[in-house]
Amino acid sequence: MNKPIIRVFAVLLLLFGLLAYFTTRWTVLDRADLQANPQNKRELLAEQKIERGSISAENGTLLARSLRRGDGTYARRYPENGLFAQTVGYSFLNPGTAGLERFYNGQLTGRTAGLDQTLRKLQGKRQQGNDLRTALDPQSQQIALDQLAGRPGAVVALDPRNGRVKVMASVPSYDPNVLRSARQTAVLNSAPGAPLLNRTTAGLYPPGSIFKVVTAAAAIDSGLFEPTSTVNGSNGVEISGVPLNNAGRKDFGQIDLTTALTQSVNTVWAQVGERVGKRRMSRYMKRFGFGRPVPVDLPGDERLASGEYCSTDGRRKIVDLTDSCVDIGRTAIGQDKLLTTPLQMAMVASAVANRGVLMRPGIATRTVDPDGRTAYENTPQQFSRVMSPATADKLTAMMTKVVQEGTGTGAALSGIDVAGKTGTAELDVINNITQPWFIAFAPADDPQIAIAVTIERTVGGFGGTDAAPIAKAVMESLLR
Amino acid sequence: MSARNRELLGLAPASLLIVAGFGAVFLQEGARLGNLSLTYGAIFLGLCLAAHIIVRIRLPDADPYLLPIVAVLASIGLVVIYRLNATLARDQAQWFVVGLIAFAATIVLLRDYRVLERYRYLIAAGSLLLLLLPRVPGIGQQANGAYLGVSIGSLSFQPAEFAKIGIIIFLASYLRDTRALLVSRKRFGITLPRLKHIGPLLLVWGLAMLMLVFIRDLGSSLMFFGGFLAMLYVATDRLIFPVVGFGLFSAGAWFFATTVAHVGDRVSAWQDPFDPKLYEQIGGSYQIAQSLFAQADGGLWGQGFGEALISVGDSPILPAAQTDLIYAVIVNELGLIGGIALLLVYVLMIERGFRIAVVARDSFSKLLATGLTTVVALQVFVIVGGVTKVIPLTGVTLPFVSYGGSSIVTNFVIVALLLLISDRARREARR
Repeated sequence: MNKPIIRVFAVLLLLFGLLAYFTTRWTVLDRADLQANPQNKRELLAEQKIERGSISAENGTLLARSLRRGDGTYARRYPENGLFAQTVGYSFLNPGTAGLERFYNGQLTGRTAGLDQTLRKLQGKRQQGNDLRTALDPQSQQIALDQLAGRPGAVVALDPRNGRVKVMASVPSYDPNVLRSARQTAVLNSAPGAPLLNRTTAGLYPPGSIFKVVTAAAAIDSGLFEPTSTVNGSNGVEISGVPLNNAGRKDFGQIDLTTALTQSVNTVWAQVGERVGKRRMSRYMKRFGFGRPVPVDLPGDERLASGEYCSTDGRRKIVDLTDSCVDIGRTAIGQDKLLTTPLQMAMVASAVANRGVLMRPGIATRTVDPDGRTAYENTPQQFSRVMSPATADKLTAMMTKVVQEGTGTGAALSGIDVAGKTGTAELDVINNITQPWFIAFAPADDPQIAIAVTIERTVGGFGGTDAAPIAKAVMESLLR
Repeated sequence: MSARNRELLGLAPASLLIVAGFGAVFLQEGARLGNLSLTYGAIFLGLCLAAHIIVRIRLPDADPYLLPIVAVLASIGLVVIYRLNATLARDQAQWFVVGLIAFAATIVLLRDYRVLERYRYLIAAGSLLLLLLPRVPGIGQQANGAYLGVSIGSLSFQPAEFAKIGIIIFLASYLRDTRALLVSRKRFGITLPRLKHIGPLLLVWGLAMLMLVFIRDLGSSLMFFGGFLAMLYVATDRLIFPVVGFGLFSAGAWFFATTVAHVGDRVSAWQDPFDPKLYEQIGGSYQIAQSLFAQADGGLWGQGFGEALISVGDSPILPAAQTDLIYAVIVNELGLIGGIALLLVYVLMIERGFRIAVVARDSFSKLLATGLTTVVALQVFVIVGGVTKVIPLTGVTLPFVSYGGSSIVTNFVIVALLLLISDRARREARR
């Protein structure tokens, strides 16, 4: 009887081998898949027990903080409600995390803090996250929201000298506090106007004439043109074989580039674009940041790339400017298949303002650990040198004229020179649906603020009359 | 060195484990735990010593390794339960006291365990009654669709645990008598026993099926029937019996999985634990999915002792962490290394069990030791297999480790029986 006994033992050993294999599978082989499973909330659940760091504005206003609940877990609250909704984001068990809450999750939970936190744990202290400080300006943000007055659109303002983001307004907004309830989350997810969308970084719009600043930078910096170079500004010049119209079908005759920018003459800039060519244009656009997700400290899926979007086999895809689907003349005046995010256009203004050096935009300035020491510093970084200081100076002079006597007078501030450019992209000619834009920086001689404003789908709105006044109000607040 | 001195030495690792484990938990969660809770560990150490003394007096020749192995398993269980909930650890320590009393009683009362053979039909009938007890209105309890518990007054227990031993004793005795008859008749070149000899065995199969229908527990019936097949194979040395038996069981299980909703739900939750519908459903795949997530977080080395996330506030993340999912907790905290180490301890224990069966002189002892060891091994397979998604998850305990009174008491009786068999065999061998 001993042989069968040993065989039974052998069969059981095999079964135990199976157990060992499956344990290996879950702990090692399939580990990453299981941890990435959307149903796996262990990470988030564990974080409920951590006192998450606060998020504050530059003036110390608390934008997010954690409240201790009776059962030892923490609940997130947003004292300013919807003021910085899409930027600050949210952190709740059910919808998860978004915005700064997501991007800086490691810092806010203290999980990436390393040795100090480990020591705290050994001392038996509660795990506590690092506080996040930002450069955001609540008053100016409120003005931006008030100015948009419920019209879907975006305002983004930053300091061109260091890239610090001051205003990041996206309308419609929402109150992140309501996301505590799963039902409200579902409602917001399917709400009209997509309030959860951060339009400043993930809204893609045709830029219209504000893009002429990019064309002008390429034209002058490459040495092909000067602000005084003259080009034929007649109406109906053929671009890529199709006649192009100026606004109001106006004939300008031979005019210089400064006048052409001040009056936003399409035919001039389209011809300039054709002269500059796809390759050169592409190079300058890349220096401005086009072609890849707009660089800012927000999660990857909340940032989109600006550039030419062509449809290949039914799918809209960003392409290089050298692609055959690109009409360079119309791209140069912000038409064709060009789509941009408001933050990208603020970066264009910022690069001119900072004498050709584009600083990488940054919302957070630093994180501070529970003992008050700086845990992480988001130091200003140069993104690229877009153009020479001389080119930037020339462009500044041209853009200053736009606000002084051209299409952008609506943004003029008393006693401070503003450099800007208007844009009005036509979305639907028959119903007169437009996308007004305005980009600017001020003061023109010592730029401290660069801004981009856009409003979605207005009926007959213009950049100069609808977007420029919003920029004016926000800049006024920021320069105070 | 004498067998008993080796046993005493073998208890040292278990003592170290319990001291280190309780020390670690207390250091980490000292604020939450009372000083008194440390005594649960001390109780355990005392019990180990008491068990050793009983064995030293009554069974001087018994296997010296079985008790230390069991002590290691029990100390792992007690430490993990202590870390989960100090009150449960106190209860568990008390159950160890009851288990030890049962252990001592078995050893003292069953000087010659072969008297059990005389009462085999009484034992079989009693076991059957116990099995069906959870379906008796008023005292039966249903948990997750399975009828496993009985509660009388404040006392609640799982009769299937006790019935387990009874049925194995009956089978060992019955098979010893009929093993020759089962293989004596051959027709068409294959072993084909007469109906009157095979009848009681078909009855056991019917019983396993009945358990599926009445108790609705796939795990327990797999455990019982697997133990039965192992004994049948050892008794006859004919592969045809377990093969046909396994086929019959599979057919029955398939039939019930497709017709009984509760069994079917368990099977589909096992096949696709991440299906959103099953995941949300009450009694669906949430538990198995959480078990896998917890193990994934454990990784190779584990998150560290006391680090497992069991609940947030009042809402549990790992349901039944101290019973069904205790293996997932261990893997989460001690990683793949810890899980494999635990499985190895079980393999050592099973190896001792089968060694006892091999060394035993008479067929009844051999069959009894085989049956008891196989059932314990299969119980480990059913629950660890359920937690690791090898088979559908059913609620049986992890022997000596999970929280649960009935399980502790039963398993101590099993160990006592194995030691009794071992003592007799080794004494006879020495002569």
